[in-house]
Amino acid sequence: MTMTEDRPAATGEVGAPRRRKEDARLISGRTAWTENLTLPGMLHLAILRSPMAHARILRVDTGAALREPGVVAAFSGADVAAVQGSLPCAWPVTADIVHPDHPPMAVDEVRHTGEAVAAVLARTRAEAVDALAAIEVEYADLPVVLDMEAALADGADLVHAGKGTNRSYTWVFDSGEAGTGGSVGPAFDGAEVVLKRRYRQQRLIPAFMEPRSVVVDPTGEQITMWSATQIPHILRFLLAVITNTPEHKVRVIAPDVGGGFGGKLQVTPEELIAFVAAKRVGKPVKYTESRSDSLISAHHGRDVIQDIELAATGEGRVLGLSVKLTANMGAYLGLVGPGVPILGAFMYNAIYKFPAYRFECQGVFTNTTFTDAYRGAGRPEATYAIERIMDELAVELGLDPLEVRRRNWIGHEEFPFTSVCGLTYDSGNYEAATDRAVELFDYAALRAEQVARRASGDPVQLGIGVSTYTEMCGLAPSRVLGSLRYGAGGWETASVRVLPTGKIEVITGTSPHGQGHDTAWSQIVADQLGVAFDDVEVLHGDTRTSHKGLDTYGSRSLAVGGIALVQACERVRDKARPIAAHLLECDPGDLEFTDGMFRVRGNAEGGKSIADCSLAVFAAHNLPDGAEANLDAEAVYDPVNFSFPHGTHLCAVEVDTETGQVRLRSYVAVDDVGRVVNPLIVEGQVHGGVVQGIAQALFEEAVYDDAGNLLTGTFVDYTLPSAADLIDIVTDRTETPAPGHPLGTKGVGEAGAIASTPAVVNAVVDALRPMGINDIPMPCTPEHVWRAIQERSAA
Amino acid sequence: MTRISVTVDGVRYDDDVEPRTLLVHHLRERLGKVGTVVGCDTSNCGACTVLMTDADGTRVGVKSCSVLAVQADGREVTTIEGLAGADGGLHPVQRAFHERHALQCGYCTPGMIMAAVDLIAANPDPTDAEIREGLEGNLCRCTGYQNIVCAVRDAAAATRAGSGAGDVVPQPVS
Repeated sequence: MTMTEDRPAATGEVGAPRRRKEDARLISGRTAWTENLTLPGMLHLAILRSPMAHARILRVDTGAALREPGVVAAFSGADVAAVQGSLPCAWPVTADIVHPDHPPMAVDEVRHTGEAVAAVLARTRAEAVDALAAIEVEYADLPVVLDMEAALADGADLVHAGKGTNRSYTWVFDSGEAGTGGSVGPAFDGAEVVLKRRYRQQRLIPAFMEPRSVVVDPTGEQITMWSATQIPHILRFLLAVITNTPEHKVRVIAPDVGGGFGGKLQVTPEELIAFVAAKRVGKPVKYTESRSDSLISAHHGRDVIQDIELAATGEGRVLGLSVKLTANMGAYLGLVGPGVPILGAFMYNAIYKFPAYRFECQGVFTNTTFTDAYRGAGRPEATYAIERIMDELAVELGLDPLEVRRRNWIGHEEFPFTSVCGLTYDSGNYEAATDRAVELFDYAALRAEQVARRASGDPVQLGIGVSTYTEMCGLAPSRVLGSLRYGAGGWETASVRVLPTGKIEVITGTSPHGQGHDTAWSQIVADQLGVAFDDVEVLHGDTRTSHKGLDTYGSRSLAVGGIALVQACERVRDKARPIAAHLLECDPGDLEFTDGMFRVRGNAEGGKSIADCSLAVFAAHNLPDGAEANLDAEAVYDPVNFSFPHGTHLCAVEVDTETGQVRLRSYVAVDDVGRVVNPLIVEGQVHGGVVQGIAQALFEEAVYDDAGNLLTGTFVDYTLPSAADLIDIVTDRTETPAPGHPLGTKGVGEAGAIASTPAVVNAVVDALRPMGINDIPMPCTPEHVWRAIQERSAA
Repeated sequence: MTRISVTVDGVRYDDDVEPRTLLVHHLRERLGKVGTVVGCDTSNCGACTVLMTDADGTRVGVKSCSVLAVQADGREVTTIEGLAGADGGLHPVQRAFHERHALQCGYCTPGMIMAAVDLIAANPDPTDAEIREGLEGNLCRCTGYQNIVCAVRDAAAATRAGSGAGDVVPQPVS
């Protein structure tokens, strides 16, 4: 029973812009956020956070807090040191990585502002928060380490004194040593053009709209944790391991989750503190963070210094690339934090073919909030650096930035293409996407306008930015993850339960938090089994119903989980086929599944549906001899390769050279994410991703002062763009199916965020090139732009 | 404790509240109106936006994290849970958000929809620029706002057409 034999697409759901099932409750307030939950006898947890970036804890006295109204318990890190465990890092990227303990609550030393120091449980949230003021903590200052490069110098003050160094790891990839290409030394020696640049990926904060919240109920047979998390399955496994609780005694539920963007891809201190607290008092406990708590303690993203060198011929053909990263881990290693730059390591070569590549990354500890995955996780950083320096190469040689890319990119006829990193790019058509983007953007007209404005000395200059990107999606082949020392696999699972009335329950191991899996998965199942879209219910995010899965991040859910779902549906059909044959009194081999019905081949009449078979199985009065009375099926799919979406984004900005103000003028995004299940959802993902990338380019930065205080601890200071800061984006798609994937899909969650940051900054720099400017530090705020202009004017 | 009487989504509630209690906490924790959410605590994100009558009885959008419950005494409050018609029919703004895929995770959505209702009441025929300016106080991290702007434009048109609770279906996305 193969896909080629069956033609199950009866309902035409896949590819249709279905309005989302999820919306009905979300637009009417019938939501199940973790914070909504109230349980009998539930206590509220408040956490006292360190005001110091680095200090020894001399004394914590919770005695007075215990006497405050409503307070039931108060405890410090030292009080729970024996049971709180250490937060996990699942990606120790090298054998000799320096991996310090990460207690959920600091025990004897705090290493970043906002680190948890003590906790109070009280009958109301207000009482719990009030009582924090009664906790006395005595600190002794330690030197604060903030600058990554200073941290690596000999004799530097240490974040973890016991470790003897601030360097966590050095990870190297060399195409010459790996045998996937040549060595960069010879490539650079003979090159006519060598460019060296330093770029800075500023520190960002994922800033999901729903603050993190966790409820722990220790009163049942299983300890149940509700959490605003992207990773209920990984969380369950790690909770069991960290707290030494039998795994079958832990249940994790991710109810409605309000965004993540990697920021909820974490096992958090707050989850562990709530878990420990609930066990300590034997009552349900809830913790919901304030926005300020969130900004200071939920993991941050990016914060990487990129030193990049590119060698090329005089015709602009790239000969080699050398990348040295200094990546800020913050004070501790996050769940996948050390691996984030490594994900990027395979993407600096981007869509280009060149023979030699070397990548080296040092992970560094500082007295800041720990960093980890943020939308794109390593790939936006890589794409930014290569796309910025490709523009520099174009300028160096007097070429149009599109032309220099054309001279280096992989031709559509060259796929599958093995990159200099040894990855096999599955498919793509960079020419088609770029041609379409150029057409939609009216590239020539904008260039002409730019020339005119330059000639007239207009104080408002026009800049045009190009970004041609690819990314590796569909995380991930388990063997590859193993070779990179990642602590888990990359498979995904789906189960299909066929109910007696023919309705379908799908259980997925993915864990959506805004992506619309309920809708897209229903579309897929409708086509695969010939059932109505509305007759499919998608269940997820509760380890009691969905006991297995690797959750949602890395644009993996459809690219990997979608295959598992199709395979599970195939198995349902395989089970139903002999039942249908029995009911039709024919040989199973004579049946084909078309338009949602098993029919005798060549006979368009009659037939049996999945619902007919499920009712027959439910009654079980008349089944073939030996047949199991069950149509349910499960599949686990481990991808054999990543998928490689790509696209071309073009951005035009107007830069006021007198004020430094950057105004978005137009933005075109042509993405190729393979086949599309729901174009409405895909377009929404592109919109949101592009805007998050624009936010990095123009608006957002997490800033610490010299003492390690986060200056951007509210939405007043950490400036997410509003509708008024943005413009409409013109989107279109080219469609190169993912080969070997039954749906041909590639993944779209991170594409926009990967592509847009370099497109915007390239545009800003392009506007200012006549002034001798070739870089603006992100974010390109009026101040940063204005200062760059003043410095050039002074020079 | 202070005695207050607030009509929320058509039902009058009499409660004793601490003077410091915020309206949003009163709605969520005392009245169980958890459809209205808290996003930022600093009145930047607008996720908690509800409609409240002012001294003249006019319904205006307020950020319920920036209103004390005692300030709502004697007022009528409309939350996302009370926006649909009595027959359960969606409000034009709700319907347009669904049609235009103007939400993803949905956390900002209650506030965004209530702010849009307020905006359309004040300006029945807003330009896209006016919609963007009008929603400046409501943050969304998922959508990039583009489909929200479309939805508000559609909902305004549907409202102008005099549809009340949703006789006019916004144009589907092409």
